[in-house]
Amino acid sequence: MPIAKVNGVETEFEPGMTVLQVAERAGHEIPRFCYHERLSIAGNCRMCLVEVKPGPPKPQASCALPAAEGQEIFTDTPMVKKAREGVMEFLLINHPLDCPICDQGGECDLQDQAMGYGRDGSRYAENKRAVEEKNMGPTVKTFMTRCIQCTRCVRFITEVAGVPDIGMISRGESAEITTYLEKNIDSELSGNVNDLCPVGALTHRPWQYHYRPWELKKTETIDVMDALGSNIRADYRGSEVMRVLPRVHEGINEEWLSDKSRYVVDGLTARRLDRPWLRENGKLRPATWDEALGAVAARLKAAPADRIGVIAGDLQDAESMKATLDLFRALGSANTDCRQDGAALGHGPRESWLFNSGLQGIENADAVLLIGVNPRVEAPLLNARLRKAWLKGGLEVGVIGEQVDLTYGYAYLGAGSKTLAKPPKSAMDFLTKAQRPAIVVGAGALRGETGPAALNAIGALAKKVGVITEGWNGFNVLHSAAARVGGLDMGFVPGEGGLAVADMLKPGALDVLFLLGADEVDPTGSDAFRVYLGSHGDRGAHGADVILPGAAYTEKSGLYVNTEGRVQMAERVVFPKGDAKEDWAVIRALSGYVGQTLPYDTLEQLRARLMADHPTFGRIDYLAAPAAFDPSTLGAKGDLGDVAYVSVVADPYLSNPIARASATMAELSAQRTQPVVMAAE
Amino acid sequence: MFNRIAQAAKGALMLDAVGAIGLTLKYMARPKATVNYPFERNPQSPRFRGEHALRRYPNGEERCIACKLCEAICPAQAITIEAEPRADGSRRTTRYDIDMVKCIYCGLCQEACPVDAIVEGPNSEFAVETREELLFDKARLLDNGDRWERVIAKNLELDAPYR
Repeated sequence: MPIAKVNGVETEFEPGMTVLQVAERAGHEIPRFCYHERLSIAGNCRMCLVEVKPGPPKPQASCALPAAEGQEIFTDTPMVKKAREGVMEFLLINHPLDCPICDQGGECDLQDQAMGYGRDGSRYAENKRAVEEKNMGPTVKTFMTRCIQCTRCVRFITEVAGVPDIGMISRGESAEITTYLEKNIDSELSGNVNDLCPVGALTHRPWQYHYRPWELKKTETIDVMDALGSNIRADYRGSEVMRVLPRVHEGINEEWLSDKSRYVVDGLTARRLDRPWLRENGKLRPATWDEALGAVAARLKAAPADRIGVIAGDLQDAESMKATLDLFRALGSANTDCRQDGAALGHGPRESWLFNSGLQGIENADAVLLIGVNPRVEAPLLNARLRKAWLKGGLEVGVIGEQVDLTYGYAYLGAGSKTLAKPPKSAMDFLTKAQRPAIVVGAGALRGETGPAALNAIGALAKKVGVITEGWNGFNVLHSAAARVGGLDMGFVPGEGGLAVADMLKPGALDVLFLLGADEVDPTGSDAFRVYLGSHGDRGAHGADVILPGAAYTEKSGLYVNTEGRVQMAERVVFPKGDAKEDWAVIRALSGYVGQTLPYDTLEQLRARLMADHPTFGRIDYLAAPAAFDPSTLGAKGDLGDVAYVSVVADPYLSNPIARASATMAELSAQRTQPVVMAAE
Repeated sequence: MFNRIAQAAKGALMLDAVGAIGLTLKYMARPKATVNYPFERNPQSPRFRGEHALRRYPNGEERCIACKLCEAICPAQAITIEAEPRADGSRRTTRYDIDMVKCIYCGLCQEACPVDAIVEGPNSEFAVETREELLFDKARLLDNGDRWERVIAKNLELDAPYR
């Protein structure tokens, strides 16, 4: 490896690194505004100036200067300091002194660096430049007077999000960042520009003025809005989660976060269930826990074992599902199901319902076939990764399903089962020719009566084109719910002779139907005695006979398994609302009332039991090497019918009870379904 | 022997009492240090730190911009602020509470305020009968500001040369 000297200390670096990266590696922090590790290099803020020998006798922008063998880099000479102070002075000519009303205040790069390189007074008497505010949609609040033209937002939206909606117009003092036609940013990753903005020009609109960064306490936890399990940091004040920010996890979300995961937090305080309710004479009345659990237990004990059933929801932690599964198995019921979307998964090897190539690994694929899945709405960050691989070159994408804008080019092969039954030979060539082909299957193809047949056909196709080879497993299932893989891993599927979700909901099928946070199914057709345990008064609670208040994902510690099979532990941020209890504790208490006391009294004992029964839960944040299996044996041979494969997530902003309670999500959803009409149209 | 005679003579002539009466008469003639409160008051420094007030601009707009610097600096953590955008989009408090029981009247809040909104006014006469009355809310503080604005403005002006 080549060696350069940083402030007199020899430092090894990899060829292709910039001077800034070499200096960072040597432990010298270089101030910067425009440079960002995951974006292209712009070199326009000039804050990262250093002195480099050999070279012209002037400071150079280290972010855009390739390091070379034998270079001498100086980061703290008087010349460097003077140059940076000059840059800072220029930046502050037009930057307003409104830190007290700026939401970035307290976590602002410009504030911090002005402490190191700023003068205490200004030498300018001229008026400051003023720039009009721009409309960038419901997630981004703009104060363009504060902008220092670093263009991080432009580069992020263009490169990572793939929607060239933001740009810079005009030159010199008139340069402005704008959306050209006051158009909303049409991206599901738009919130990230607020994180990227080094000043307060772009701030989070939903949380505008609600908090100051110094008054928030921070808890590192896991997001459950999609099946990726993005790493997040939930900041709270008192008993309220004020904001959610991404944490860096190279294997999952890098350092981005989707708008849904970020801005859903206002749904955590709306429409909450905070006390048990009991239906008497057709009307719900507030009840005590004792009354409510007693009523449920009486019904459970009275009903025959094959006439009680449970459906687990999309946001459930593994512990509560395990406790529920244990309880219903102890009661003798086989009617247990966690697949609200009705996907024909859950039988066969574990690999058959995992995203086997891994979220990071999919970047290595050279051909990807998407079947019945719209990654842009089901997992925006996976879509960003596919776009990244596509931009890098060498990735070809084919789609069977909806023809939508995925932000990258793809070959559209067909709408659904017709194409899957007879894949066009020429179109399949790109898969067979590829070194590392991958198939991404969504529940959109696997649900309904033709689901098992579709799974079988996809498995056969996977085998034919060779997606599973030595050291590579390209058979990928993309789930849309955070709880699903955990549920499938522990066997939360119908037991011997048990009913699946659709059958349980039929009239006369059951006497008691227990909904464990299940809100995506319509239970109104069922005439069973309905019990709902969950956090929000949503579809599941609507018309329920007993409502038991549970904890939302920020209110309990729990294990979640993401779509690639990575187990992650979410932490409790705040306590459940009112009388609500953590879900597993409710199930444990209920087990006592029905006389089938579960053998664990603490969350730790429950976890130990879960890990003993299902060892995959025992390894936190671990991704197993892709194992080989025969995909052609999955599902059941049958008629594929004539089905169009559409994504199971119709509207990503209204796809779970927390999102449906959130005002911001409603706004985003409205924007998505009713685009703003331009004057020229 | 001599001492005892001198002592007896001093006692017989009541010299101590006479001296005391003289001292009393001397102080009776001097100006008084006490004032007849509440009918009279001592002079007050413009820097006097009394009851808090939230000020307004001359056009009636409240000065406070909800920057929360006073809340952050308050050593007694007596200030509680909640903020959100007002209908016109400006940054305003929806709640501005001071727990006057916790307050130690150190004046750091008015030092921290970038817009001279929260000030400690000249009033020290706000004794109350119950503890709850000392939990000031935004309306009370703004009312204080309206009530004392002339004195507060004068005091700030007098103190300005030293800031």
